[in-house]
Amino acid sequence: MVSSYWEYANPTRFMQTSGWLLPVVAVLAVVTTAVGLIWGFFFTSDDFRQGSTVKILFLHVPSALMAINAWLMMLVVSLIWLIRRHHVSALAAKAAAPVGLAMTVIALFTGAIWGQPMWGTWWVWDPRLTSFLVLFLFYLGYLALWQAIEDPDTAADLTAVLCLVGSVFALLSRYAVFFWSQGLHQGPSLSLQAGERMDMAYKLPLYVAMTGFGLIFVALVLLGTRTEIRARRIKALVARERMG
Amino acid sequence: MIALLLRDLRLAVRAGGGFGLGLAFFLILAVLVPLGVGPESALLARIAPGILWVGALLACLLSLDRILALDYEDGSLDLLATAPIPLEGVVTMKAAAHWITTGLPLTLLAPVLGVLLSLPAPAYGWLVLSLALGTPALSVIGTFGAALTVGLRRGGLLLSLLVLPLYVPTLIFGAEVVRRGADGLSVATPLALLAGITLGAAALLPFASAAAIRINLR
Amino acid sequence: MNNLGCARGGLPLLEGVSLRLGAGAALVLRGPNGCGKTTLLRTLAGLQPPLEGTISAPAEALAYAAHADGLKPTLSVRENLAFWAAVHGQRDIAPALTAMDLRDLATRPAQNLSAGQKRRLGLARLLVTGRPIWLLDEPTVSLDTASVALFGAVVRGHLASGGAVIIATHIDLGLPEAQELDLVPYRAKPRAMPGGFDEAFI
Repeated sequence: MVSSYWEYANPTRFMQTSGWLLPVVAVLAVVTTAVGLIWGFFFTSDDFRQGSTVKILFLHVPSALMAINAWLMMLVVSLIWLIRRHHVSALAAKAAAPVGLAMTVIALFTGAIWGQPMWGTWWVWDPRLTSFLVLFLFYLGYLALWQAIEDPDTAADLTAVLCLVGSVFALLSRYAVFFWSQGLHQGPSLSLQAGERMDMAYKLPLYVAMTGFGLIFVALVLLGTRTEIRARRIKALVARERMG
Repeated sequence: MIALLLRDLRLAVRAGGGFGLGLAFFLILAVLVPLGVGPESALLARIAPGILWVGALLACLLSLDRILALDYEDGSLDLLATAPIPLEGVVTMKAAAHWITTGLPLTLLAPVLGVLLSLPAPAYGWLVLSLALGTPALSVIGTFGAALTVGLRRGGLLLSLLVLPLYVPTLIFGAEVVRRGADGLSVATPLALLAGITLGAAALLPFASAAAIRINLR
Repeated sequence: MNNLGCARGGLPLLEGVSLRLGAGAALVLRGPNGCGKTTLLRTLAGLQPPLEGTISAPAEALAYAAHADGLKPTLSVRENLAFWAAVHGQRDIAPALTAMDLRDLATRPAQNLSAGQKRRLGLARLLVTGRPIWLLDEPTVSLDTASVALFGAVVRGHLASGGAVIIATHIDLGLPEAQELDLVPYRAKPRAMPGGFDEAFI
């Protein structure tokens, strides 16, 4: 019986639980994403102004959402590492970064593909696009710092500090970028107070696709964390061997 | 702590290179840009604020890895960490010394380079003011980057990669002040935000830098 | 210091080291290269956290002298020493210069000193810290016989004035009263560490 959530912070316990959780989440992620995307792409009507190009939003919006959520998750687990020193949380942050980076790239590319027919250009220095580009740079720096430091605990500490400081500056950059340019980008596609901005026929498959991307993220982070734990285990075993 | 500041300044003067390199880089950049984009004054006047700010930022970046690396190599950083001065104070003084040897000369040189780039007359005052307010933030943020990478062998390039994204807000508000000044618009908002970033960074980042140094010295 | 354990590079290195040092006492750490003398001294100096156990000496009482002397090549001997004195809130550097026989070199830039002279300057720094407990890591490296004797006298003077020293060295400093501590028996055995180091992954 699990007495506290922190028990999952024990590597062995995490490996046991994630061992059966990972396949379940992975299957769910594939099914949900497939349903969301096929529904969105083939079973919705074209927009009366934007035509069929609008359907790229079923890729664009979920990936943009996960790009930001991945950083938020890294921030939370970095704090957990700094405060409670659970190794799994540091490794989860390390595992989440490449996934977040990939989501950012997908959001940028789909945005460019969407923007080309709409705005007549692949790239504009629109504040939303620009802040994603800046987020991309933050992910690059964070990953580069992980790569550069050999000692795993030092790397975990320093990247966690960078993540905290980087979060503040990423937020500042976002406000700075909005101050700097007013932009062409349409407002948030899903907004609660703005009323019926989007048709229900679009919203439902979009929600499904967003859930799918969220599950993909969880599955990839679980997989990445398991890989990191195994790598650390090998290192520890080699070290023990050497000490004889 | 004053002793540390004085020592760092004295070292910068004796070593020579510290002052000159960043300034020379700034000058060369201001010469190369017109060679690249063409001699048309109207175009240069439009891009001058951005070029001057980006140039100052890159010139600042050049000397960042020297802030802590030399002290790390010769063991001074170990001894400073065990000295009665708090490490937060040490990094603040290091950033101050970096600003006096880099940011301050850049601020003073910038108006001269403004002439080369046909900067509009009303913008000169705002250029100096925005650099004077903004470059301390560059030094403080740079010291944080240097603290993160102090133990690494190939720290220099990584340092740029870590620090440049952190420079984004400072650059945006700093250049915006000069652009608005050149157009004769009100500069109050970006100026206040720029000052806010500098003060916030100077107040809070030394704690993060000191933490990073402690981790790196372990 | 009580039941201290410390690690290097994520690996536990020493465990169960306990010692107690009174005023005027000297302790010499012995052991082959890589057995953890430097790690122990760095832990004592507060540069790295102990894996387990406690250090009861206040950090303000400890002065650490590492392999590297922390000298700036472009500053003169006097300037280097005056800086460290100022950092520790001391003013007078003349006794330290005299004690380490650096008076004639005072205006020479540190880059023009020989290795042994640099070492003497690095050790003179201890005198201007005004701290009672010295942690010395191989203090006699590159010193000649006369300088070793000179430094031995300085250490003895420090002990006589109520200080204490912990020295990691292979050379006899001429301190007959010093206790010796061999670190080899304290070598850490592989086991799960309480702090959850890499062993937690096995």
